[in-house]
Amino acid sequence: MGFELTQEYIFGHLNYWLFSVLMMTGLYIVVAKGNLVKKIVGLNIFQTSVFMLYISMGKVTGGTAPIFPLDMQIDPDVIYSNPLPHVLILTAIVVGIATTALGLALIVRIQEEFNTIEEDDILKIERAITQAENAIHGESMGGPA
Amino acid sequence: MSVESTHVAMTLNDHLPILQVLVPLATAPLIVLIGSRRLTWSLAFIASALSFVIAILLLMQVIDGSVISYQIGGWAPPLGIEYRVDATNAFVLFLVTGISTLVLPYARESVKSEIPARHHTLFYAAFMLCLTGLLGVAITGDAFNVFVFLEISSLATYVLIAQGSYRDKRALTAAYDYLIMGTIGATFFVIGLGMLYMATGTLNMADLADRIADQGANRTVRAAFAFIVVGMGLKIAIYPLHLWLPRAYTFAPSAVTVFLAATATKVAIYVLLRFTFSIFQPAFMFEVNTLEFIILPFAILAMFAASFIAIFQSDFKRMLAYSSIAQIGYMLLGISLLTDTGLTAAIAHLFNHGITKATLFMGVGILVLRSGGSFYNRIQGMGKTMPWTSAAIVIGGLSLIGVPGTAGFISKWVLVEATIEKGWWPISILIVLSSLLAVIYVWRVIEVLYLKAPLAGTNYKEAPLTMLIPMWILALACIYFGFATDVTLTASRAAAQGLLAGSAGMM
Amino acid sequence: MRHHLILRVITKLLVGAIMLFAFYVQFHGDFSPGGGFQAGVIMAVAFILYGLVFSLHDVQQVFPPWLVHKLIALGVLLYAGTGVVSMFLGYGFLDYGAFTPDHPAHGQHYGIFAVELGVGITVTAVMVAIYYAFASRPPRLSDEEW
Repeated sequence: MGFELTQEYIFGHLNYWLFSVLMMTGLYIVVAKGNLVKKIVGLNIFQTSVFMLYISMGKVTGGTAPIFPLDMQIDPDVIYSNPLPHVLILTAIVVGIATTALGLALIVRIQEEFNTIEEDDILKIERAITQAENAIHGESMGGPA
Repeated sequence: MSVESTHVAMTLNDHLPILQVLVPLATAPLIVLIGSRRLTWSLAFIASALSFVIAILLLMQVIDGSVISYQIGGWAPPLGIEYRVDATNAFVLFLVTGISTLVLPYARESVKSEIPARHHTLFYAAFMLCLTGLLGVAITGDAFNVFVFLEISSLATYVLIAQGSYRDKRALTAAYDYLIMGTIGATFFVIGLGMLYMATGTLNMADLADRIADQGANRTVRAAFAFIVVGMGLKIAIYPLHLWLPRAYTFAPSAVTVFLAATATKVAIYVLLRFTFSIFQPAFMFEVNTLEFIILPFAILAMFAASFIAIFQSDFKRMLAYSSIAQIGYMLLGISLLTDTGLTAAIAHLFNHGITKATLFMGVGILVLRSGGSFYNRIQGMGKTMPWTSAAIVIGGLSLIGVPGTAGFISKWVLVEATIEKGWWPISILIVLSSLLAVIYVWRVIEVLYLKAPLAGTNYKEAPLTMLIPMWILALACIYFGFATDVTLTASRAAAQGLLAGSAGMM
Repeated sequence: MRHHLILRVITKLLVGAIMLFAFYVQFHGDFSPGGGFQAGVIMAVAFILYGLVFSLHDVQQVFPPWLVHKLIALGVLLYAGTGVVSMFLGYGFLDYGAFTPDHPAHGQHYGIFAVELGVGITVTAVMVAIYYAFASRPPRLSDEEW
């Protein structure tokens, strides 16, 4: 009984488990890694987990690829998988590519300006800029802001 | 599919909903294709003005509570994508197109001084894409379409913010942070949509509303709501999720900040409204609990914490960014009251704060254009050298506080009314108290501008007319909507009632 | 760049085949899996492979950056233009039935064809543009330091 339940619980929802694990892996990388490129990698894993969720959602047990035969003679007994989630995810993948490309382009520019892509170093540089600004501009209204 | 043999030809009027999105969408590639630096601005402005006219026409058609539905590709909803205009989103469309039409004349000088000329065509193309995205989010009746347009506008926004790197390299990291947070937000939103699709098998908003109402709350629907609220919360900058906002607003080019502050978060709030009231039912206990015990405390926290931080800033632009977070708190407060009046206040504040913040950020942009920075000791005494700009900033500041006779007063008044109506008078007191904090930070600006001596050896000219006129139109609008209260309140009330009527209002 | 003889010969052979396959995926997309997105990426692969094996300079002579940027815009306009044409014919936006009112299925065919062509052009150009944007940055490391 206990085994049955575990089996049902783990294998019956395998796609959800994979989705959760991948999603958390991605989010963890985004939060924990200091390298900006690694953050983008994490973001990609995170997004991919969602793509998986959608695509597994479209699968109908025993269903085949949703392509009609050329002669349009559709056999009513054939079960087709749901193609809509795939189409949605095609759009989401395109959005993901655009985000990745833009993120990497920003990293290239950050590298050119800051000479580093490590978050800690960037924060240090930014803090130095802010302190320099406060030294000049902060005092006028009663203390540095 | 229009297979019927007697096809009734559609008129231009029937096409208004799609043209609303199509005009800026087609202008963006057109700008790139023509590639002429001289024509670019004119094209963008014409497109924006056309969208504004379309938005007015749409608003006039739906202000009485009727609903326009437009089927893309002739596929009938719920299968096809549908554009659906009602009082709520017509109001948002009106705000977004109106602001963009005023920002573009202003942007011309500002962009010239802040961004190298070789990027101007691409800048305006990105601006048009951002406008397209925001309009698309507002107008569409399909939940997944919201995500697509949201990402169009967000990606364009990241690019626009990064353009500030020619003034300050921190714009790049600000844009990067926003990209990470915005993408996480959007992905959370998609997870929510996926769960809704799993639970109902549809993505059309009206259809979703019906099916969720039929099946009631189950765990999938609840999880979907949580994901959507957190996802949109990142885009709205609800208090603990606001970290991207101050940096993004501070380092973006002036014109971009004006546009974003007045429109982007407002459209995100509209999406939250749409999902909270039209798709999920406020009758669901989990939704009431979320709003009352999560959104409401954070909204109040935002009103105070962000206002306190704003007081201690030494940079005018950054101060306004923090004040935006506080003002978003007022809107969320109105929403979380879950009453007719509260919702009216939230929608009215959405509009009033849009024009108020646009005035103020335009003022900052002019000060930056002339003095090269927005730090208080950089702009001190400019009230004397630039009287028109400073006067408009004062009007905007008064409206931000909510002084009677300005637009900001009306929405805060209705908000206080709504809290009293609900019997939550401690919250009314908190609203008044947090407005007092606004008095402090606005007073600091006024003091810097008028009571301090101008920096030695500076004699700034008044701003060019192309920047002054849009700013003064907005400043006068702040006053006009402070007196002509029934204009905003009627529209807001129509919108609020439409939303509270739930799916009935959608059909 | 006199070495890598095998790579260069194989690439020259492959580029044509890749492009042909891209066209197949593009135009057969009406009947089988495929369409503008996939075909666009495959088409871009041909250019990117050429750029990788020969040089950025060589591929940019074939497909100059300004043309890439114009094509990005052209593809989107082609897509939107299809919708506008159907609007002028008195139908809804992107209602392909407008093209052949007597036989809507044919109209669907033509409409999808035009729209997917627009998608294909834009995706090809965007992919190549992304490759150009990153590849044309001055490298931080010289070839020897790798």
